[in-house]
Amino acid sequence: MNISNSSFRANSPTVDQVGVVERAKRFQTRSIKKAAKMAGLKMVLNMIDLTTLEGMDTEGKVKQLCYKARHLHDAVPDLPTVAAVCVYPPFVGLAKSEVADSGIKVASVATAFPSGNSSLEIKLDDVKMAVDQGADEIDMVISRGRFHKGDYGFVHDEIASVKEACGAARLKVILETGELGTLDKVRLASDIAILAGADFIKTSTGKIKPAATLPVTLVMLEAIRDHYFNTGVMVGMKPAGGISKAKLALHYLIMVKETLGEQWLTNQWFRFGASSLANDVLMQIVKQQTGAYQSADYFSLD
Amino acid sequence: MAKTNGAAKNGRIEVHKTYKVFIGGKFPRTESGRYYSPQPAGQSLGNICLCSRKDVRNSVVAARAAQSSWAARTAYNRGQILYRIAEMMEGRSEQFVAELQTQGMTAAAAKKEVVQSIDRMIYYAGWCDKYQQIFSAVNPVASSHFNFSVLEPTGVVFVVANEESPLLGLASLIAPIIAGGNSCVVLASESKPLSAITLSEVLATSDVPGGVVNILTGLKSELHEHFSSHMDVNAIAFDCNDQKMLVAVREFAVENVKRVKHYSQDWTDDESQNPYLIQDFCEIKTTWHPIEQISASGSGY
Repeated sequence: MNISNSSFRANSPTVDQVGVVERAKRFQTRSIKKAAKMAGLKMVLNMIDLTTLEGMDTEGKVKQLCYKARHLHDAVPDLPTVAAVCVYPPFVGLAKSEVADSGIKVASVATAFPSGNSSLEIKLDDVKMAVDQGADEIDMVISRGRFHKGDYGFVHDEIASVKEACGAARLKVILETGELGTLDKVRLASDIAILAGADFIKTSTGKIKPAATLPVTLVMLEAIRDHYFNTGVMVGMKPAGGISKAKLALHYLIMVKETLGEQWLTNQWFRFGASSLANDVLMQIVKQQTGAYQSADYFSLD
Repeated sequence: MAKTNGAAKNGRIEVHKTYKVFIGGKFPRTESGRYYSPQPAGQSLGNICLCSRKDVRNSVVAARAAQSSWAARTAYNRGQILYRIAEMMEGRSEQFVAELQTQGMTAAAAKKEVVQSIDRMIYYAGWCDKYQQIFSAVNPVASSHFNFSVLEPTGVVFVVANEESPLLGLASLIAPIIAGGNSCVVLASESKPLSAITLSEVLATSDVPGGVVNILTGLKSELHEHFSSHMDVNAIAFDCNDQKMLVAVREFAVENVKRVKHYSQDWTDDESQNPYLIQDFCEIKTTWHPIEQISASGSGY
């Protein structure tokens, strides 16, 4: 594609930061109780990408994660499973066999995650390694350094190449908003990723603070909404990192519903990247059922 | 403590204190926005937070978060901090005495209550690095094991404080509980809550990490179900003689087999301070450590 760097910028609107922050705050004033809360909590569970992305990951850890994905809390009947497990490329094959026919997808980070500092060849090999082992979804990182230099064409083309390498796997593009600095840049990066063919845009790697916040996610949701209005094409959203409480997760769902609409309220189009969120949601569900506040002592380790 | 309303003689308007609760080292108002006005001596004490189950929930979260690092501190350091609490109480003793009088105590009784409370804090400060030696044991066993038992803190303790002894009753339970490495959530005396509120201001300036002690004000009748059924509360210190409520608390506590300790002693009695109160909120961990047969006669430890 031949789009000049300046036209990327010209085609991306600026963001009213004060307005976005105010709007995001208002989602947190909604109160969800009883049956609606229960339905919301189960929906959250079903949207989680249960994640382990540590240098110290082992086969055992990945097996444990996959077991947890299938058996969130067997004491409560009729719980959904999570949407996917998210691992490093070497563990994709193992994760795939562990989740087997449960319907849980296997996502893999790739493209020199988390920094993204490598050559395009190595990044594509990374993607290929994950896809060849059967990854259903690829979580790539954009080149933030090139983005800050204003090399938007490079960022765009890189995403497009990775998308091509993904084949049938769905591509999630991580913007690493904690490194982008301003909401204007978040909006610009979102537009570039969507234009380059992202199936999902994702806030963060989870390695940088701040990770996902409501205002940042709102800006990205608005980019998705504007793209949908212009083209009719849906793009998914995945906030990741820093969402560990059920209540906050429910506020995210409210924001999705009020920004994009109910169509997005499925794990096909919305995900949470999280590891400790699942237990908090489970504790809230059991609290709703028994009336007693719960303790982490009685839930499996993340 | 303001004793008169409105403008004083010199035309200055007195600054009245807003009574708040103590959760996680901070002083929020109750999330419920409700208040009550106890009148233990005929005159209203002011608007006191009427805490709800959500305040209980928030304090247990704070207590849980603080507990492991509190227990991990050296016993010596815990002793220093308890001593520091006593020092800060000494500095506030006049305020404590005045508030106890406002709540209906005679001057002499109030003075005695404050002095004893400070001494009690010192007493348990001393025990912090000593109780473990007293209660631990190396046990004789008939196999090749080094077998020993040590005390570990129970975890998060909920304290229902004494109604009539609003400061001494409180200090007599908080001190041994935190000396043993637990964190606690305290429900202050319902009718005489001022002493507990002032104690929380002492705790906030005594190097006690936020969340180790949390102090709520409100009604036992409203809150007992919620703290006693809470799965993340490990023990309850119940200093109240309402037998019906005690039975209910014990029943709710069954779900996660909480320890429920009932106290009804006279805290002014020196016999009521002893290291067994620390032991009440500790669990005993016994370790079987395999060893070789180390002597021909077969004796090990």
